[in-house]
Amino acid sequence: MENQHLYNYILGIADNSLILGQRLGELCGHGPSLETDIAGTNISLDLIGQTRSFYQYAATISGENKTEDDIAFLRLERAYKNVLLVEQPNTHFGYVMGRQYLFDVFHLLLLNELQFSKDQTLAAIAKKGIKEVSYHKRFSGDWIKRLGDGTQESTTKMQEAIDYLWPYTDELFDMTDADIAMVQEGIGVDVSKLKESYYKEVTTLLTQATLKIPQINYFSRGGKNGVHSEHMGYLLADLQYMQRTYPNMQW
Amino acid sequence: MTLPHTNIDPHLIPILEQVSDPEIPVLTVLDLGVIREAVEIDHMVYVKLTPTYSGCPAMDVIGDDLKIAFAPLGKKVTVELVLSPAWSTDWISESGLQKMEAYGIARPLSESADKQVLLEGEKKVICPQCKSTNTHLVSQFGSTACKALFKCQACLEPFDYFKCLK
Repeated sequence: MENQHLYNYILGIADNSLILGQRLGELCGHGPSLETDIAGTNISLDLIGQTRSFYQYAATISGENKTEDDIAFLRLERAYKNVLLVEQPNTHFGYVMGRQYLFDVFHLLLLNELQFSKDQTLAAIAKKGIKEVSYHKRFSGDWIKRLGDGTQESTTKMQEAIDYLWPYTDELFDMTDADIAMVQEGIGVDVSKLKESYYKEVTTLLTQATLKIPQINYFSRGGKNGVHSEHMGYLLADLQYMQRTYPNMQW
Repeated sequence: MTLPHTNIDPHLIPILEQVSDPEIPVLTVLDLGVIREAVEIDHMVYVKLTPTYSGCPAMDVIGDDLKIAFAPLGKKVTVELVLSPAWSTDWISESGLQKMEAYGIARPLSESADKQVLLEGEKKVICPQCKSTNTHLVSQFGSTACKALFKCQACLEPFDYFKCLK
């Protein structure tokens, strides 16, 4: 492939949306209320829509006659480049909103920069996504405040979710080889520079929600380089089932 | 409001008008403003389509419907999805907005008013049934990606509100 770094860079962004979209999709018909059920699947739809745009672009530069479906469904676990945060299980609604918010803040910061990419296609996908992701962040942020500053039960559960998810946040700002190469070409975003704004915004909202900011020194990382948590295999088994069982099937 | 330039061959318009949004069937693709370009070259019709939302499943259906609409005329259609400039609710035509209201969907407000009704619960959305503004937000997300769910306190009917997107 001529531009391996660009290909990997696109997947690095798109895989986050695919895997989070899949996680939210698992809740279809199982949300705690009709409104939150619909919200979860709507957010999932936006994320998978963005993923499709990215994968279609990646497929054109793969030089291997690949399609977006090949990229989504036919890779092995180690080839997915999503961060560990997005593959964490749904556990309960506090986890779902916590994971969503912690990702949404990052996602919006990223797209806000990516819209100025020298790469026209990436810039266009980012611009389109900004409108959608802003809406996601409002929704998840509102829920964090509502649950965090709610009843004793909801505060405890929301805090439990934030404590669990917090160690997965630092990885968002790791720079991969593809990131470094693409930043040099004016195509990619230097995510390490987003870290300060991220934690500032997140801690402000969590404080508003009367939640405690976890004080930890150890952060989990590895997803960006294909080293995933134990949850990923199960997620992929679900995601890839149809393509693995009926190879080349189409709708 | 400024609309980006569209390039549509006038003789194709009557056929394009037959293709409607599968989720809001009273709106044609022209009302919705998703056709950015439609030109005919040697019996081939090239259409540039822009999605309302990234994951909007209506886009695939619209692509197929365009092919079906042109097929009886012996014209083949090539559809290309374009993302930039991103679609905005400003691109919906005035006649489209009127049809939408008659169909029972409240029209999008301005960007700032939209924020107020969706986030701060202000009563500005007009009930498409009884025209009361005594309405409230039930859910920020609705039956499709482009809509939020409201309820009218005056006539007690639930209804969809087309979210403002700019």
